[in-house]
Amino acid sequence: MKLNVNGTSHEVDVEEDMPLLWVLRDELGITGVKYGCGIAQCGACTVHVDGVAVRSCQLAAGDVDGDITTIEGLGTPETLHAVQEAWVEHQVAQCGYCQSGQMMQAASFLDLNAEPSDAQIDQAMSGNLCRCGTYPRIRAAVKSAATKLQGA
Amino acid sequence: MGRVRTIARRSFLIGSAAILGGVAFGTYLVKRDPENPLTADAAAGDAVFNPWVKISSDGITLVTPHTDLGQGATSMQAMLIAEELDVDLDQITTTPGVPAAAYYNTALASEAVPFRSNDTGFAAETMRSTMGAVMKVIGAQVTGGSTAVPDSFDKLRQAGAVARETLKAAAAAETGLDVSELRTERAAVVLPDGTRLEYTSLAARAAQMDPVSDVALREPDQWRLIGKDVQRMDVLAKSTGTQTYGIDLKVDGMVHASVRMNPRKGAPMLGFDASAAETMRGVSQVIGLPYGVAVIADNTWRAFRALEEIEVDWDTAPYPAEQDAHWAAVAASFTPDRLDKEWRHDGDVDSALANTSEAIVEAEYRAPYVAHQPLEPLSAIVKVGADRVDIWVSHQLPRFVQQRVAKKLDMDPEQIYLHNQYAGGSFGHRLEFDNIDVTVDVARELPDTPVKLTFRREEDFVQDYNRQIGMARGRGAHAGGKVTALDLEIATVSAARSQSNRLGAPVPGPDTQIAAGAWNMRYSVPDLRVRAYAVPELAPTSSWRSVGASTAGFFAESFLDELIHAAGADPMEERLRLVNDDDARRVLEAVAEMSNWGSPLAPRKGRGVALVTSFGVPVAEVVEVTDTDDGIRIDNVWLAAEVGQVVDPVTFENVVAGGVIWGLGHAMNSEITYSDGKAEQDNFHMAEGMRMHQCPVIEVRALENNPSIRGIGEPPVPPAAPALANAIFAATGTRLREMPFFNTVNFI
Repeated sequence: MKLNVNGTSHEVDVEEDMPLLWVLRDELGITGVKYGCGIAQCGACTVHVDGVAVRSCQLAAGDVDGDITTIEGLGTPETLHAVQEAWVEHQVAQCGYCQSGQMMQAASFLDLNAEPSDAQIDQAMSGNLCRCGTYPRIRAAVKSAATKLQGA
Repeated sequence: MGRVRTIARRSFLIGSAAILGGVAFGTYLVKRDPENPLTADAAAGDAVFNPWVKISSDGITLVTPHTDLGQGATSMQAMLIAEELDVDLDQITTTPGVPAAAYYNTALASEAVPFRSNDTGFAAETMRSTMGAVMKVIGAQVTGGSTAVPDSFDKLRQAGAVARETLKAAAAAETGLDVSELRTERAAVVLPDGTRLEYTSLAARAAQMDPVSDVALREPDQWRLIGKDVQRMDVLAKSTGTQTYGIDLKVDGMVHASVRMNPRKGAPMLGFDASAAETMRGVSQVIGLPYGVAVIADNTWRAFRALEEIEVDWDTAPYPAEQDAHWAAVAASFTPDRLDKEWRHDGDVDSALANTSEAIVEAEYRAPYVAHQPLEPLSAIVKVGADRVDIWVSHQLPRFVQQRVAKKLDMDPEQIYLHNQYAGGSFGHRLEFDNIDVTVDVARELPDTPVKLTFRREEDFVQDYNRQIGMARGRGAHAGGKVTALDLEIATVSAARSQSNRLGAPVPGPDTQIAAGAWNMRYSVPDLRVRAYAVPELAPTSSWRSVGASTAGFFAESFLDELIHAAGADPMEERLRLVNDDDARRVLEAVAEMSNWGSPLAPRKGRGVALVTSFGVPVAEVVEVTDTDDGIRIDNVWLAAEVGQVVDPVTFENVVAGGVIWGLGHAMNSEITYSDGKAEQDNFHMAEGMRMHQCPVIEVRALENNPSIRGIGEPPVPPAAPALANAIFAATGTRLREMPFFNTVNFI
């Protein structure tokens, strides 16, 4: 089957029910997307399909019906997305393992809600687990990113 | 050398837990510095000044041997060297280096002695010094016990200063100028006329010189990096998905694997039928192991899926099958024969509590098993060759990995090449060896083939070595509005013994962690006793962020709060009256001021305070909650900690807030219980910790009065649970005596 990931088309020969997460990580070598729980409880595997955040551990490869963006496609160290800029400014990461998923969730959320309230941010981000406890900085970074995106 | 190895094998002590007895060794071994591990690989012209600094013609490499588990150890270590070396963090690369005796931990010993951390008496200091010598002799390279900062603070600045002064000497030799005319900045020696001689250009000459050993460290007012807001070295990579963790690595020719071990932890596998799995797509091999079954496949998910199709016959658990029996074993351990140590007895508690003119309060507390579960699941890559084994994994005890694998494969530790990785969290999880043991067992079946073995989250949960389970019984008295007597008995399994026995290095003496955070309470109560009881081993346990204080601190500060309320006193004022140490008093005063303690609260709101000292750091926390119609909401936390000196303020605040969240979240909703010999919770829907919408606003203040520098990874955790319980009592009148609290109250 064909998958379009970060603007590149890939032909992959996998089972229809292989979760997109494992196609990305083990077949295509795209490892910014993380395995955390495998049951959509932690959000570490969050990617975008046509710009909307999905848990790639729960999306079967055969059901992908749009363009996939991973953290590597959101922005790069040289050309950061506004969300990544905010993550750097607030020095959000500790271990950093959940942060790809956090940023993908935030980017998708801010695309749908440009001026979120604090409660809406909490709600939107509550499906993404951070075991190190960087939530206060994630909160601040999402707000900064919202401001940046409005100015853009 | 044989003798050193014997000591290391027999009596290693782990975490901050254990006491080592009866080891004698000559001063020669103690005075001799271990070999510089950088020397072996140094090319001609590479200057290796000491085990931490290498400068060659093409760059500056700093070795940061404390494993980075997310706590920012790499950046912190680099900052300390860079401060004195006069380089900036954008001019260097870092490496965890190779496991080596030279990286022995100089600070771990101070918490492994049975003295209060503020006890600077002769006996305490002598034993700390002895323990420090032991760590050096056995070459204990350990990341843990909140020791990365205290271990590194002087040592790494010294390493940077030695390299700098040697480079200046090289420049002096090259130019004919006197060293006193030279200065250094941004990786160059600067001549009086402003000419810059880059360190890299001086490396070859410096390599020919003996390192300058007589150097003075800079005064704090000269620091450029320490205590300043610096961008953490890994923040860009971790904000762009480009940080590589152990689980992300790919090695040429690598196969994927996963494992199911007996969920009745430690018990053998009796047999299995893999006929369905063997024919599944991508599966190349199914390997039976004494304790489980592994699948080799061409993709991690295919290995996971095949594992689910294998029928396995598991043996019964080597510990009680049902949770009730675990609690019963704990409850039955408050007996003289299980007394591990009476840690403290001020006054005469028995007489005080026999005096019926004072009001007596009694209560019983419980703390459950809790899993570590950092977000990166356990994995490892192992390649077993004929005369060399390569291991790519993140571990807190790198030399023990080498020794363990060497023993397993009947090889020398020098043949085991450990490539230590960044970890996606640990919290104590990466002090254990299951992922390495299993991957080695599998990889030895596929010689010369790198095997990447990844645990399913469910496997990681069920195979975790949890925090100690425990109970406490408190009796106390008050009179005239004051707490007058406190008798606390704590019974937990010994995580330190569980851990050290698995290492094959059982340690004698009492477990310093069972009552840690309780017996060393910095209060003077006229009659005060704290006794620790060791429950016989049940399910295996291990060090969980903040270790004993995570349970004993909860017991002590919750029960003290009960006594204070019973006395009709104010929880803050009475603690300030009881406190007997300036550092502890100051952190309490700080949180009282930060939280505006005593100001009126709206209805259904409550404040709670707790003060726990662990790893030498007194930490006070005030938690403020609201009892909403949707459950308890934690609104604010104010925290103050005395650490002597903050090295990296940005990471400090982040890690402290994270410690609060760790402590609160697990107290709210996390436990591991056993049924049919298996952990019942196997993924984050059943033990999730805190989520964003539950996260309070957290304000952190570091106090820097004490001359001793301390680490902060663990100390914020222990006061969180009792401060929360005390706040919920203030808001609702419900006293929470058992973690997790969600079994008693609802949270939003």
